[in-house]
Amino acid sequence: MTRISPARIALYVISTLVLVYLILPVLIIAPISFSSARFLTFPPPSFSTRWYQQYFSNSAWMQATRVTLTVAFLTVVIATPLGVAAAYAISQSKLRIMRVIHMALLLPLVVPIIITAVGIFFVYAKVGLVATMPGLVLANVMLGLPYVVISVLAGMQSFDPAQEMVARSLGMNRLRSFFAVTLPQIKSSVIAGGIFAFISAMDETIVALFISGGQYQPLTKRMFTALRDEIDPTIAAISTLMTAASFMLVLLASTRRKKTG
Amino acid sequence: MLALVSPALLVILLLIVLPVGWLAWQSIYHDGFTLENYRRVFTEDIYWRSFALTFEISLAVTAIALLLGYPVAYLANSLPKGWSILILSLVVLPFWTSVLVRAYAWLALLQRTGVINQFLRYLDVISEPLALVHNTFGTVVATVHILLPFMVLPLYATMQKIPGDLMQAGASLGASPSLTFVRVFLPLSLPGVLAGCTMVFVLCLGFYITPELLGGGRTVMVSMLVSRNVELYNQFGAASAVAVVLLLSVLVIFFAVSRFISLERVLGQK
Repeated sequence: MTRISPARIALYVISTLVLVYLILPVLIIAPISFSSARFLTFPPPSFSTRWYQQYFSNSAWMQATRVTLTVAFLTVVIATPLGVAAAYAISQSKLRIMRVIHMALLLPLVVPIIITAVGIFFVYAKVGLVATMPGLVLANVMLGLPYVVISVLAGMQSFDPAQEMVARSLGMNRLRSFFAVTLPQIKSSVIAGGIFAFISAMDETIVALFISGGQYQPLTKRMFTALRDEIDPTIAAISTLMTAASFMLVLLASTRRKKTG
Repeated sequence: MLALVSPALLVILLLIVLPVGWLAWQSIYHDGFTLENYRRVFTEDIYWRSFALTFEISLAVTAIALLLGYPVAYLANSLPKGWSILILSLVVLPFWTSVLVRAYAWLALLQRTGVINQFLRYLDVISEPLALVHNTFGTVVATVHILLPFMVLPLYATMQKIPGDLMQAGASLGASPSLTFVRVFLPLSLPGVLAGCTMVFVLCLGFYITPELLGGGRTVMVSMLVSRNVELYNQFGAASAVAVVLLLSVLVIFFAVSRFISLERVLGQK
């Protein structure tokens, strides 16, 4: 390993360039958002928070932010218990059909999102859920479920079901033994799953493009529409805030995970 | 146990199985059964050309992602734990940034007055700004960026399982490092290559945000056909038929791949 061959050097150089390619676009947004220039200029002529002020003082952007946060919060509150219950059942049951159900719960990851979006739009149009809050939340619960299921299933793998059996033999019922014995041990993966469901709902764009409207438009839909028309640096400010929020949440999820090992 | 999965299953059935079923139904039924929508998809220029373009772009994106992703996964696999965690974190970091935000970032980097053009002009490399975006090039650059983590992670997971002594065995038998790589390491990493390529290719087939925002209206991928038929032309039947053909392509690919490696591996679970 100490001998450095030319191939090894090439490997380092290529990998570094690829990592720069991956990271640079994520980092470039922040300096643009703090630039005073109306158009994108780099390096920024001078430091300014005008785009942040514009964002926080614009009622349409603020309304969209409220919608996004509400949807993401409700998504977590609904998708987490549903996903935990499902993952628990899948990992504990020996029924054949559970394999099929497991696959079904991962469908949102398999079906191209544009197809899901258009399909939901047609169904919502029939039942009057287009441009409503419940419609938006339900769609995001569906999209967030796989993240909870995957995370909790991974957590259940390192859990020994015999422990729960012991609790039950000592007289606890199934529900109590789950909350007293199982849940504390898979807590980190439950929290991580919930956080991923939150981020998924916060970032979701395509389904929202089709089914959201009126006063119930999330941030991403407004950003998308704005991006099609012109490049407004306000979007850089919003993007920076969204990215910062995502990173903090992921950090939270990963430190949580580490604690259980 | 079935009672515990039923709420989640109900959500899936109502919000994805029913909608997709509805699409399929709508594609063949409009005041009676009809195959008119499929006839259009397969005969009209704009449709099959878009399908061809989508497959071409997906192939290109997959190939580039493999070329870029393999060295990174290889390096992460060969370094001590701390370094490999750092590299993987850098790979996964963009993964948790909104796709929309990353599309915007690429717009900011690639457009005529964007960061890259300004930098190149500052260096006097070019006198006229290059057309880096609002075309297929910009679409591919941004799409590879967004899908690259889906390539690196399965590659890395597979490489991790390749026993290090095999390489030493190769070396002790007198093979050069490059020969051991080609004859031992590369073949053993192929399941990861297949898993990563499948995921990137399939995700790219249905990609919407980058071609829509960075394609400049000329790069009409299949997903855009679907959305335009719905939003602009109210051609629900045609949109549904396009969606069904796209979904079937995806399912056929997953089915074909599942004969070689487990789907759990493709979906990044094992």
